[in-house]
Amino acid sequence: MATEAALGWWGVPLAIAAGTMRGGTPFLFVSLGECLTEKSGKINLGLEGTLLTGAMAAYGTSYLTGSPWIGVLAAGLAGAALGVIHGWLSQQFRVNDVAVGIAMIIFGSGVAFFFGKPFIQPKAAQLPTIDLGAWSGIPAVEAALQISPLFLLGVLIAPIMHWFFKSTRWGLFIRAVGDSPDAAKAMGMSIFKVRLLSVVAGSFLAGIGGASLSLYYPGLWTERISSGQGLMAVALVIFARWNPIQCLWASLLFGGAQALGPALQSVGIKEGYYLFNAAPYILTLVIMIFTCSPKRSLTGAPGALGTDT
Amino acid sequence: MNSWRRSFESISLSFGAIFAGLLLFGVFCAAVGQNPFAVYGSIWKSAFGSWQTFQNTLIRAAPLMLTALCTALPARLGLVIIGNEGALVVGGIAAVAIGLGLGTALPPVIAQVAMAIAGMIAGGLWIMAAGALKHYRAVNETISSLLLNYVAIALLNHLVGGPMRDPSSLNKPSTFPLPEAIMLGNIPGSRVHWGLLYGIVACAIAYFLIQRTTFGFAARTAGGNIRAARIAGLPVGQLTLTVCFLAGSCAGLAGMVEVAAVQGSANESLNVGYGYGGILVAFAARHNPLAAILISLLVGGILASGGILQRAHNLPDATVLVFEGIVFLAVLYSDSLYGKIPWFKEKPLIAAPPNPPTSPGQEPVVIS
Repeated sequence: MATEAALGWWGVPLAIAAGTMRGGTPFLFVSLGECLTEKSGKINLGLEGTLLTGAMAAYGTSYLTGSPWIGVLAAGLAGAALGVIHGWLSQQFRVNDVAVGIAMIIFGSGVAFFFGKPFIQPKAAQLPTIDLGAWSGIPAVEAALQISPLFLLGVLIAPIMHWFFKSTRWGLFIRAVGDSPDAAKAMGMSIFKVRLLSVVAGSFLAGIGGASLSLYYPGLWTERISSGQGLMAVALVIFARWNPIQCLWASLLFGGAQALGPALQSVGIKEGYYLFNAAPYILTLVIMIFTCSPKRSLTGAPGALGTDT
Repeated sequence: MNSWRRSFESISLSFGAIFAGLLLFGVFCAAVGQNPFAVYGSIWKSAFGSWQTFQNTLIRAAPLMLTALCTALPARLGLVIIGNEGALVVGGIAAVAIGLGLGTALPPVIAQVAMAIAGMIAGGLWIMAAGALKHYRAVNETISSLLLNYVAIALLNHLVGGPMRDPSSLNKPSTFPLPEAIMLGNIPGSRVHWGLLYGIVACAIAYFLIQRTTFGFAARTAGGNIRAARIAGLPVGQLTLTVCFLAGSCAGLAGMVEVAAVQGSANESLNVGYGYGGILVAFAARHNPLAAILISLLVGGILASGGILQRAHNLPDATVLVFEGIVFLAVLYSDSLYGKIPWFKEKPLIAAPPNPPTSPGQEPVVIS
């Protein structure tokens, strides 16, 4: 194409920058959701299933009603419904939340593919985008700078959640339950309710992350739409030290890593396309290798994370 | 001492959970407008109805037994490893590479043994990597093993799409097919391949290894209380790496069985759900390798009924996934019922019995 010739190698950083905002959006929502969940002391490994269900619900609802925003809401609600199952089951006596998460990946993807079958062919109404690149006159730049309102929403939620944990009564409740359930119990809180609500709210956000997949980028519904973003978000929260603001930066980093393969392909490098697609997973592993250590527990980790109390 | 009531409790809870899962699945079917009894009937008929159809179940149960061990063995050490799919895929790739390299130059038996060993080593190293990351860097093994699945699938796509591609496979990129002579044959008198025997033998060996040897005792001790195991001088790191290698080699062998007995070449059909199915089997069997043989038959039956659900009831192929998910959730819930049902309580004869040890796999997992 002419634009590619005009941009040449500049197309690579441009495509990565664009992919960072596009590909980073689902990471952003899922990691914020997981951050909220983990602050209350529960791990939700099943967000991969939540993401898929959210993507399917958003696409299906947008197709049936014609309104993508109702689709986004449906995605959140579908995610929250899965969150209720996870939040309730993972708090039963002797039930391990990691195991429940694995089951919820299977169940969530099953539900998504089951009800999503009729929506693979039709084209659903997509979310509108905000064009920031109209000044340039180069189509490639314009295409790259189409920013989704969902991305902006996610960028807004990060500092709000940070403020919520730091300065509000409810944020304190969640942190207390996550750090020291005994103290929280002594304060007269219901650990069960706080955790259930945190899991449900986190799953709501993850469902919206799914909506950004099916209604923004790549903007379609197939059974391969999610490629482990829900799972990587769990690692991403560890990397971000359970801090919502750092979740934002980490999501952008992961979005960029994901854009590497398609960006190189766009300038004609086709060798090892599939290997470049593995970049986010390898990046996650490398990050976990460097941030984890057997000698100390991580700073910022909620004290009661993953315990059965 | 375990009395018969306690053993009966775990057996009846396992099967009770699966039947509760069946019931819930019936509710799901009714909710989407299907007659649940007709669906049950179809599943039964296509999974266990006749010897003809039961062979389909057996063919699918074989890799499940092997992939289940990939989760069940590390669970005894307190590790939740779910990299079954990835280990299966790299095992399949390695087996095909060796099989194509050897060709028909050597007697078929030697070629088959070489393929099996290649698959086992590749799968074993793959999961051992997750174990090593856990031991040396405290990287959460659940996440790392699941990430390795995606890496393995990317590797498969890369090799099948490029370096190892058979140019004549147009619609579905595959490697060159293995020579017919070195494919695994069928058990005489049936359509079931020898992989089933591999699975049963592997489960039996795993049971013996964990329950009846000092190695298994050391592994279970480390799984029960890692600090106590360290103080007792057990080589925890060595145990972790060995158990993870064995676990991965089972899943790698499953990959070899799939390519050498079913597919005939490595292609994307390798990741068709034996990984997740194996995780479900391991948890439903409470990480007991002998129980895994039975549960594999059940889950293999579920997988085998996927086709008829599509044809006779017009249900999408993801129905099997929903079914698996529901059964898995029911199995997990049943764990919380341990010791809650009065009928299973031990009668105090002489002294009050000690508290039952926590069942493996239920220890708290801390992401650190």
